Amino acid sequence: MSARARLGRRVTFVVGAILAFAYFFPFFLVFVNSLKLKPEILANPLSIPTHISWDNFQQALTKMNFFRSLTNSIIITVLSVSLLIVFSSMMAYYLARTKNKLSKYIFLILVTSMIVPFQALMIPFMARFAQFVSWNNRGALIFFYIGFGVALSTFLYHGFISTIPTEIDEAASIDGASDMVAFWRIIFPMMRPITATVAIINALWIWNDFLLPRLVLTNETQTLPLSTYLFYGQYSIEYGQAMAGLVLAVIPIVIFYLVLQKQFISGISQGAVK
Amino acid sequence: MTKSRAVKKFLKFAGVPLAIFTVVLIVPFVNGVYYTFTDWDGFEVNKLVGFSNYTKSFQDPTFWSTLRFTALFVVVSLILVNVVAFGLALIVTSKLKSRNILRTFFFVPNLIGGVVLGVIWQFIFNSAIVALANKYDWTLFKESWLQDTNKAFWALIIVTVWQSSGYMMIVYITGLVSIENDVLEASQIDGASPLRTLMTIKIPLMAQAFTIALFLTLRGGFMAYDVNVALTGGGPFRTTELISLHIFQDAFANGNFGTGQSKAVVMFLIVALAALVQVTISKRYEVQR
Repeated sequence: MSARARLGRRVTFVVGAILAFAYFFPFFLVFVNSLKLKPEILANPLSIPTHISWDNFQQALTKMNFFRSLTNSIIITVLSVSLLIVFSSMMAYYLARTKNKLSKYIFLILVTSMIVPFQALMIPFMARFAQFVSWNNRGALIFFYIGFGVALSTFLYHGFISTIPTEIDEAASIDGASDMVAFWRIIFPMMRPITATVAIINALWIWNDFLLPRLVLTNETQTLPLSTYLFYGQYSIEYGQAMAGLVLAVIPIVIFYLVLQKQFISGISQGAVK
Repeated sequence: MTKSRAVKKFLKFAGVPLAIFTVVLIVPFVNGVYYTFTDWDGFEVNKLVGFSNYTKSFQDPTFWSTLRFTALFVVVSLILVNVVAFGLALIVTSKLKSRNILRTFFFVPNLIGGVVLGVIWQFIFNSAIVALANKYDWTLFKESWLQDTNKAFWALIIVTVWQSSGYMMIVYITGLVSIENDVLEASQIDGASPLRTLMTIKIPLMAQAFTIALFLTLRGGFMAYDVNVALTGGGPFRTTELISLHIFQDAFANGNFGTGQSKAVVMFLIVALAALVQVTISKRYEVQR
């Protein structure tokens, strides 16, 4: 390696390290202060805690109903994502394999709908679904997520199915498999990579979504972002507790990411290329 | 295949999702557009009122200031997010040993929802920086940035760049690694400098990544709500309301369903138009391979 290339690499490293530090710094600040008492935070937010107190965490856990919100978030995300996978893979299979005008137009409408911002329909939306929401708000929310997520998910599956040769379908049907059996036994397992992409993109969106849950959910059914926001609003004066609440809100998704890092990155790049 | 079997297959495979899609998306959308031409009050429609909801919306001075604020936010965040994200992608695709760790650092803010990020930064701007500024006498930070409209704008931009650049970085990485090695080798043999290679080979060959990243940031900028509500809440005095928050306030806090929905339709038209223009222009730069 030439001296110039080595210098270039060193400069890149230094710039990268400084940026990484800057990107991480807010989390560090929150974490450090979650272990301190209020006077200590105000005296110097940057100082390392003199003695570690977990009291803030205990307070935050109960006050923001952490485990209840976490459970709600998990239920809503898992059910919505699973149903989205089932419905959109089937629909995409149908649309990709049936070459007629109807399926072409349906696909076109789905793709066009992705440009519509949620805000453009939230007002009539809430008026129309008020009864449904008051009957079962978690169920309603999952139903809404299917409606809003199905276009992108179908689009992603559609692109992938087009790369699977139709001979495979034909072979299955000659062997006497019905449409459904052929799809679930043969085609669906072949779509694993794109299923991972669809799962990750939707899970990130639904897990972090705020506006729709804010309109739909009640106190008992609130998800993690909602309860974090409300908790912070109420207790932001109690800096230490507020910071502990934020740490708790961040932990689950970061763990999830560290476990599935490869799938996350490839999922997003897959989703972006399509 | 007989006709009835074809219909059956259609219903089996696409019936449920299409029905849900129609009920959740198409019906409220059509409904919403129709309502703007009526005296709808959130419950019932009595008569058609023509364009009066739209004229009322555009007579509202706060709507104009929101539109200006949103436009500025979209332009500045679009530029900065993409410049930063592209820079990060270059760092992370270099031959550094630490590139995977760096990628994780840059990506993590993206995992966390805008609301949580917003309140983290609210603490930083309102409390942490102010405490430090008073200790070390930094005049620029003694008053919280969120109390001043102009500085609050930059606070919004900083948080948005921090949040979104990691995602767009992945999009750019995908573009950068899709370039065939022999093309890069050829340019190296021809003696092109790294900068020259970047400008004349890499960027044109990965134009598609730019199309996508610009589209996503454009749409994200117009739809930004979470960071806005959690960081500034629209304050001071509703001067930092982006269009989403403005519509939300108009309809759900002040009960103006007619104008709220008209503003929402206006927002839809602006987003659709801007996205169409951007994609058409970007597509022109894409190289067919």
